[in-house]
Amino acid sequence: MRLSPDQIIYWQYGFLKLNGTIVFTWGIIVLLAIGAKLITRNLTTEHKRSRWQNLLEIIVTGMMKQIADVGLRNSKKYIGFLGTLFLFVATAALLTVIPGYESPTGSLSTTAALALCVLIAVPMFGISNQGVGGYLKSYIEPTFIMLPFNIISEVSRTLALAVRLFGNMMSGAMIIAILLTITPFLFPILMTLLGLLTGMVQAYIFSILAAVYIAAATSTRETKPIPQT
Amino acid sequence: MIAIASIVTAGVTTGFGTMAPALAEGRAVANALTSLAQQPDASATITRTLFVGLAMIESTAIYCFVVSMILIFANPFWNHFLTLTSGK
Repeated sequence: MRLSPDQIIYWQYGFLKLNGTIVFTWGIIVLLAIGAKLITRNLTTEHKRSRWQNLLEIIVTGMMKQIADVGLRNSKKYIGFLGTLFLFVATAALLTVIPGYESPTGSLSTTAALALCVLIAVPMFGISNQGVGGYLKSYIEPTFIMLPFNIISEVSRTLALAVRLFGNMMSGAMIIAILLTITPFLFPILMTLLGLLTGMVQAYIFSILAAVYIAAATSTRETKPIPQT
Repeated sequence: MIAIASIVTAGVTTGFGTMAPALAEGRAVANALTSLAQQPDASATITRTLFVGLAMIESTAIYCFVVSMILIFANPFWNHFLTLTSGK
C-alpha cells in the first residue's frame, strides 16, 4: 500500500535517492517553465492574439483581482509568490489525468516545503512593508500577553497548511488506488474527477490563505476605515 | 494486541472525526446560502469566504484521517513489538 510518491524509487546511490516525488516535481517545473517561455515569446496587445496568451492573461488578471480583494492593495508585488504557489499546486493536481503520474503534493515533503516557504515569506513581506520594528511590534498587539500565542499561531498555521494540502492529495490518490483494486471500471473515474476538483480547490485555498497571512502581516499599521452607517 | 488496538482506534478516529466537521460545514453552507439570498451582489466575496471557511473546517477532518492512516500503515510500534516477540 503506497502512501506517497516518496516510495517509488527510480535510482539509488548510497543514501541519495531519486524518488517519485523529486522526478514528478522536476517534470512539473520543466513543463511550467518551457510552457511559459513558449507562450510569452511574442506578446502582443493586438486583438488577434494566440489563445495561450489569452489563457495566461485570464489566469494572471484573475489572480491579481483575487489578491486585491483579500486586502493586499499592491498586488503586483505579491503575485510572483502567490501566483507560483497556485500554479504549482494546480498543475500538480491537473496532471493526474496522465496515467502513471502521482501528484508530488501527495508527499508530506513537498507540502512541508511549500508551507515553509510561506512561513518565511510572511515576515519578509511584513518587514519590507513596515520595517523590522513595526513588524515585530505586531506580535505584541493587542496586549503584551498575546506574544506566545501569536508565535504559536504562526507555527500552527504553517503546520495546518502543510497537513491540509498533504491530507487532501494523499486521500485522493489513496481512494483511487483502493477503488482500482475493487471495482475497476466506473468508480475510479468518478473518484478521479472528485480528486481533480478537490485538487483545484486546495490549490486555491493554499494561495488564498497565504495571501491572507501576508495581508495580516503587512496591514496592521493602516487605520481601519470607518464603516459608513 | 497492538494491531487490534491500533486498528480499532483508527476506525473510531475516522468515525468520530468526520461527524463534527460535517455538521459544522453544513451550518456554514446554510448560513452562506442565507446571506447569498439576502445579498446576491456580494456573491463573489461570500463564495470565496465560504470556500476558505470550508477548507479550515475540513482540515480537522483531514487531521483525523492522517492519524488513522499513520496507525494503520506507518505504525511506529509494530516493528518494535515484532522484534520483541520474535526475539523471545
